[in-house]
Amino acid sequence: MNRYPLWKYLLILAVLLAGLIYTLPNFFGESPAVQILPLRSSMKADAALLNRVDDTLKAASISPDIVELDGNSVKARFNDTDTQLKAKDALKAALGEDYVVALNLQSRSPSWLTSLHALPMYLGLDLRGGVHFLMQVDMKAALDKSLEAAMGDMRSSMRDANIPYSGISRDGNALQIKFRDAASRTRGEELLKQHFSDYLLAEKEDGPDFLIRAQLKPEAENRIGESAVQQNLLTLRNRVNELGVAEPVIQQQGKDRVVVQLPGVQDTARAKDILGRTATLEVRLVDEEHQPGPNGSAPFGTELFKDRDGNALLVKKQVILTGERINDAQPGFDNRTNEPAVHINLDAVGARKFKEATRENVGKRMAIILFEKGRGEIVTAPVIREEIGGGRVQISGKMTTDEAQDTALLLRAGALAAPMDIVEERTVGPSLGADNIARGFNSTKIGFILIAVFMVAYYMMFGVISVLALAANLLLLVALLSMLQATLTLPGMAGIALTLGMAIDSNVLINERIREELRNGITPQAAINAGYEHAFATILDSNLTNLIVGIALFLFGSGPIKGFAVVLCLGILTSMFSSVLVSRALVNLIYGRRARLSSISIG
Amino acid sequence: MEFFKIKHDIPFMSYGRYTTAISLVTFLFAVFFLATRGLNFGVDFTGGTVIEVHYGQSVDLAKVREQLKNAGLPEAMVQNFGSSRDVLIQIPLKENKAGAKLSDQVMTALHSQDASVEMRRVEFVGPQVGRDLVDNGAMALLLVSLGIVGYLWVRFEWKFGLSAIIANLHDVVIILGFFAFFQWEFSLSVLAAVLAVLGYSVNESVVVFDRIRENFRKMRKTEPAEIIDNAITRTMSRTIITHGSTQMMVFAMLFLGGETLHYFAMALTIGIMFSIYSSVLVASPILLWLGVSREDFIKPEKAEAEEVLP
Repeated sequence: MNRYPLWKYLLILAVLLAGLIYTLPNFFGESPAVQILPLRSSMKADAALLNRVDDTLKAASISPDIVELDGNSVKARFNDTDTQLKAKDALKAALGEDYVVALNLQSRSPSWLTSLHALPMYLGLDLRGGVHFLMQVDMKAALDKSLEAAMGDMRSSMRDANIPYSGISRDGNALQIKFRDAASRTRGEELLKQHFSDYLLAEKEDGPDFLIRAQLKPEAENRIGESAVQQNLLTLRNRVNELGVAEPVIQQQGKDRVVVQLPGVQDTARAKDILGRTATLEVRLVDEEHQPGPNGSAPFGTELFKDRDGNALLVKKQVILTGERINDAQPGFDNRTNEPAVHINLDAVGARKFKEATRENVGKRMAIILFEKGRGEIVTAPVIREEIGGGRVQISGKMTTDEAQDTALLLRAGALAAPMDIVEERTVGPSLGADNIARGFNSTKIGFILIAVFMVAYYMMFGVISVLALAANLLLLVALLSMLQATLTLPGMAGIALTLGMAIDSNVLINERIREELRNGITPQAAINAGYEHAFATILDSNLTNLIVGIALFLFGSGPIKGFAVVLCLGILTSMFSSVLVSRALVNLIYGRRARLSSISIG
Repeated sequence: MEFFKIKHDIPFMSYGRYTTAISLVTFLFAVFFLATRGLNFGVDFTGGTVIEVHYGQSVDLAKVREQLKNAGLPEAMVQNFGSSRDVLIQIPLKENKAGAKLSDQVMTALHSQDASVEMRRVEFVGPQVGRDLVDNGAMALLLVSLGIVGYLWVRFEWKFGLSAIIANLHDVVIILGFFAFFQWEFSLSVLAAVLAVLGYSVNESVVVFDRIRENFRKMRKTEPAEIIDNAITRTMSRTIITHGSTQMMVFAMLFLGGETLHYFAMALTIGIMFSIYSSVLVASPILLWLGVSREDFIKPEKAEAEEVLP
């Protein structure tokens, strides 16, 4: 009765073998490496790039361990961090314009393992060091911006259709358009219905005025928020590329938050500076008809901004163009005055809008305003001399070369659709990361040894079997974590230790049950069988309740709790397999073949 | 080797009154300390900034405090962390102050005083995030409790689900009571440990319940109290051995895991101790009082038999 068919042994053996293969990469460790990624998605990493990297390294007389193509990047592995840093500088100088050159760690495991997608476990920031930011997107600002834009569009479309109106004002999430008579209101309503489907229109009388109340639909509001987050994600990705980080994580979390994780980044001040910059560009017309009020108040429909020298200028609220329309921005020089300048390339819509605005306003002044952290500053306010077509715009003001470079970078990296605030930061230095690994590893090791010694002393041969099953559990758990590339954190390591401590329960249950059956006087073979059979129901129940806990923790936990929950859930699955199947297979191999078994070694 | 050779069943149920009384007293103490002292919530929940720095040599905390005061941070709490070269700086949340910039400000100030200072860890949590974490934690606790009651209800009977969850929530409250009494820092990882204890403790009850169910089917003429006594006595050996093994692992974390894992392991240690007690000496008496009987298990068998008849 205690025999498994051959296929069952083979199955267990195959699973353990697979476990071994996928656990192996963790033993080889990691080497310092430099990763070269194309900056733009249209570019590909190919053999030509590989050759360029090779040549560059050769020219700098640096000998890498290996240079290889990996997905859409080239990775060069080095012996030590000094060479790695030297190589990074050399490569950055040679390729820095079009490629991201980032420091990275690469597995030292042999290529046959890598080709099986057997990779070491993916270490979390608390184990490898790095920065974690949680950023909150200001949804209200995104909404404000969109309402402001809609107001401008409504004005111009009614003007184009020659519908007389006396004013548009904002009231919460609604716009109120005032008309002088009912006829123009009817025409206005028809026009708005056609062009502004995001708004719910309602007629309203207010004394002598004829009003249309245009309420932003909730689904449109959601869409505006969603697209603001999406654009911010894209912008952050571009900015992180400029920082040169290998394997960054930039993800939406919840409705209005973004997680940014930068492994290995130490200079958090610079990272924060680049990420947190909310520079957006707006092109508006200078209002030359009005004068600012005595105490710096701006007349209706205008705003007051200062330029670099502190001179105030009155600018219309209506926005001609925003930074979203920028395709590319490069630092350079003004070809007439030779001052530092930024050359901007607009997309098709932007080019058209810019052309229209410059045609209609020749002779007037136009202000280019850079918004940073909610404060606008006029970069330059030139007089429009002629219509500017083709979407090529040049900004030159009183800039230094460095400022031109910075402005270009910010404009190129894209504008944030809405400002963001860092609401959570977790930075772990590399030395603490290494300490954490050592601590987690040590406590697991010592705990395992203690359990092993006790089990063998207490249950003899069955103790040995239990310990082997526990080792199989550890092997499979690590293999599974490596295979899934789930992020391993310090609480995750605690989870490994704890699941091992708890997994032994199944074997204790089985062993105790076998002892009990033996005491009841049945034969050893029958006792083994009954022990496993009776214990199984209990093992299943207790593991399932633990699984419920694990899943709830995973769903509602954040950060450290989530890491712990993943390991807990996987550990429960592997422990079911190893403590029931693996240990039974061992017992069957050792005792199952003997027909006349008079005693078993169970202490 | 065998630690437990018990010939006769230990009459646990006849002690039921005393054991539950002890439980009740501990529980009330825990509630009392939670109410009067409250939990010492870590930065995860309250929001604020924690910075851990490491110096090349021993450092005078008074000087560090002075330097931070000069940098405009008089409210910074400075203490040693593990060794005299490791310093932990805690700064509470401030209105109108960009929290994320604070860590840079602190590091610049410390660096100008002693260039050997090395940043080990920075944690900044904004007020909204802290609130969300509390909400999520409470939600997880609720969901775990409901899930467990539901599962035990389906698998056993509602009486089992109810008594298990009472016993286990009692463990959770007692762990929290310890943290309130000693004013240990209650962080996210401690919360994870508390929730893990909930699962672990239920696991414990399930083992005993399984035996009780089995006994009800096998020992037809025995009183429920004796059936429960027998189940507890038979599983006692396993209970002690298992918990001993798990505790060995937890002790390894407690002593070798460093500061981060210390309180995690501490919560587990308390949880394991009390879960043995509660699953045996709290859950079972409650089960008895709820009036568990053979009919709770025999009924479904009858129903099945009837269905088979033509």
